[in-house]
Amino acid sequence: MNELPQQLVNGLLLGSMYGLVAIGYTMVYGIVQLINFAHGEIFMIGGFGALTVYLYVLPDGTSMWVALPLMLVGAVIAAVLVAVGAERFAYRPLRTAPRLAPLITAIGLSLALQQAVWAWYPGAKESINFPEIAGGPFEIGSVTIQTGDVFLIVAAPISMAILAYFVMKTRTGRGMQATAQDPDTAKLMGINTDRIIVVAFALGAAFAAVGAVAYGLKYGQVQFRMGFILGLKAFTAAVLGGIGNIYGAMIGGLVLGLAETMATAYIADIPGFDQLGGQSWANVWAFVLLILVLLFRPQGLLGERVADRA
Amino acid sequence: MRQRSLIAITAALAAGALTLTACGSRDSGDKGSDSGGTTVVIGVDAPLTGDLSALGLGIKNSVDLAAKTANKKNYVDGVKFEIKALDDQAQPSSGQQNASTLVADKDVLGVVGPLNSSVAESMQKVFDDAKLVQISPANTGPALTQGANWQTKKERQYKSYFRTATTDAIQGPFAAQYVFNDAKKKKVFVIDDKKTYGAGLASTFTAEFKKIGGQVVGTDHIDPDTKDFSAVATKVKNSGADVVYYGGEYPQAGPLSKQIKASGAKIPVVGGDGIYDPTFIKLAGANSAGDLATSVGAPVETLASAKQFVADYKAGGYKEEYAAYGGYSYDAAWAIIEGVKKAVEDNDGKLPDDARAKVTAAVQNVSFDGVTGKVSFDEFGDATNKQLTVYAVENGAWKAVKSGTFTG
Repeated sequence: MNELPQQLVNGLLLGSMYGLVAIGYTMVYGIVQLINFAHGEIFMIGGFGALTVYLYVLPDGTSMWVALPLMLVGAVIAAVLVAVGAERFAYRPLRTAPRLAPLITAIGLSLALQQAVWAWYPGAKESINFPEIAGGPFEIGSVTIQTGDVFLIVAAPISMAILAYFVMKTRTGRGMQATAQDPDTAKLMGINTDRIIVVAFALGAAFAAVGAVAYGLKYGQVQFRMGFILGLKAFTAAVLGGIGNIYGAMIGGLVLGLAETMATAYIADIPGFDQLGGQSWANVWAFVLLILVLLFRPQGLLGERVADRA
Repeated sequence: MRQRSLIAITAALAAGALTLTACGSRDSGDKGSDSGGTTVVIGVDAPLTGDLSALGLGIKNSVDLAAKTANKKNYVDGVKFEIKALDDQAQPSSGQQNASTLVADKDVLGVVGPLNSSVAESMQKVFDDAKLVQISPANTGPALTQGANWQTKKERQYKSYFRTATTDAIQGPFAAQYVFNDAKKKKVFVIDDKKTYGAGLASTFTAEFKKIGGQVVGTDHIDPDTKDFSAVATKVKNSGADVVYYGGEYPQAGPLSKQIKASGAKIPVVGGDGIYDPTFIKLAGANSAGDLATSVGAPVETLASAKQFVADYKAGGYKEEYAAYGGYSYDAAWAIIEGVKKAVEDNDGKLPDDARAKVTAAVQNVSFDGVTGKVSFDEFGDATNKQLTVYAVENGAWKAVKSGTFTG
C-alpha cells in the first residue's frame, strides 16, 4: 500500500502546529527584535488553561461540542495574560538594554514558567490526560484522519486568514507593520508603539493557545515540558520561513513538519542510510534542511520583510 | 548583519538550554534526631519527579517502609534506619551527582536505586570506589553486571553493584517466546528509544524472535523527547506487522500505542517492565486493551510472601502506589538491612569502622525470604530469582497472564 498520502497528511498536521506557534516568535521578533524563548511556555500555559476550564470550570461530562469553544477561550485567556504580563514585567523594563539581556530573561522566564506549572498545577508532575473528541477516525481514500486532528485542520487556516486580515486591513495591524519598519518614525506618526508591542505579544500567545488545544486533542495529554521542544521547533520554523514574516512562519512550519515526517518515513529506505533513518534522526534531517535553506537564502524562504536595522 | 549573528547566538543558547531542562528541586529525607544508638542511612536514588515519577515514588516509599519495619521490629539491635531519597529525574548526570552526595554522607551504608539502567551506568563506579553497596530494584541491562560482552564472556563489573530485578537477557527472549508461541504473532515491528534499557531489550527480543522463526518486518528508533509518532505509526501500519515490540518506557510507549492504533493498525504493542505501569494505560487510552508487557518476578499481589508487604504499605498511608518495583525495592532495602545486621553482629553489636566494605561483603551472601520470593545474589550480583510475568491490558488495568522463566 502506498503510504505517501498518509505521511503527507501526518507532516502537514505536525507542520500546522509548528506554524501556529511559530507566528508568535516571528511577530514579536518582527516588532521588537526579541527572540521570545518563553513562547514555548506560553504555548504550554495555553494547554493548561484549556485543561483547567475542562476539569475545574465545566461540570463533568460536558459534551465536547460545548466544551471545546470554552476551552479554547480559556486557553487564549491564560496564554494572553501570561504573555502580556511577561511583556510588561520582564521585557519592557529591558527594552533599551542590549539585546542579549532580554534574550537571557526570556530563557529564564521559560524555565520559571515550566517549574511554576510543575510545582503548582495539581497533578502536573506527570503528563495529564486531555479530553478527547469522541468518534472514530475518518477514512478518505487511503488516508486516516483522527477526530482530534480535525480541529487542527479547521483551526490552522482560519487562524491564518484572521491574522492576515488583521495585519493587512485593520488600523492596529497597519500600525504593527509601521512599527516593524521603524519604531521611532512610527511613534512620530502618532502610533502608540507600546500598545502595538503588547498587541503583538497577545496575538502570538492567542495563536500558540490554539496550537496548544490542537496539541492536547491530537496527543491526548499535556505536560509541563511540552512547550520546550515544540518551542524550539517552532522557532526553527520561523527562521526557516524567514523570521519577521507571518506567512513565512506558517510556510516554515509546514516545511519543517513535512521534512521531519518524510525523513522518518523514507530516509532509512535509501541504500546505505538504514542507520541514519527513523524517527530519532528526523530532527537531524530537519536541521540539515534548515542549514541548506539558510545557505542559499539567508533571509529564509519568504525573506525578511522588516528592514535590517543594525 | 547583527541580527543574523544574534540568531546564531540564540541557537547556541537554545542548545545550551536543552541541557538545562534537567534542573529541578530535589528533596531529601528528613534527618531525625539521634535518639541513642547508631543511625544508619539507606540512600535512595530514583526519578521522584518527571515522567517516570510514578515508578520512582513507589521505590522511595517501599524503601521507607522497609526501614520503618526494621525499626519497629528492632531488627538490628542498637541501629536505627533512616532513608535519604534523592531525585535523579532519570538523568545519568543527576544520578552521578546524587551518588557523590550519598558517598559523602558517612551514615549512608547502602543505596537502593536507580530505576534506569543508563543512570546506573553513571553511578556504579562512584559507589564502587567508595565500597558502598548499591542494589537496584529495576535495572535490567545485562551489561551492568556481566560486562559489555555479556553474550560471549561474562565478567563481574563492580563488586558493589547488585540488583533484585531480572535482566533483559532473560526478559527479551521471554517476551519473544510468549509473542510467538502463545500469542501466535509471527510478524513484528521493533521500535526502541536508543537508551541503554530500550535498545538492549529490543535487541534481545529481536534475536530470540528470529531464532524461533518469527519475522521482523521493520524497525525504527524514536526520539523520546517528542510526542508525535504519527509517521512511525503509518510505517507500522503499512509494514503488515501483526505485533509491535517497543523497547522503552511508558511516557513514550503510551502515546506510541495510541497513535499506532489510531493509524488503523489494530495490533498489540508489547513492551518490557518499563511500560508495565498504570500510566501507560492512561496515556494509551481505551484502545490499549490487549497490549502486553513483561515484568520481572511474579505479580506481587499473588505471592503469599507479599501479602504482608501489601498490607503494610496500605497501612503506611503512602500517597502513591508501590507500582512495578515496590516489592523489589523493599527486598533491596531489606538486603541492605540484612547486610548491616551481619556486619554489626560480627563486630560485637557495634558498627565496624569499615562498615561500608563489610556491608557490601555481607550483601553478596544474603539469603532470605523476601516479598518477591527468595532473595540472594549470584556471582555477578544478579538476582537468583529469575521469574517473569506477562501482563495484558484488560478493562483499563494490567492483568497477569502467564508467569514463568526463560530457560533458553
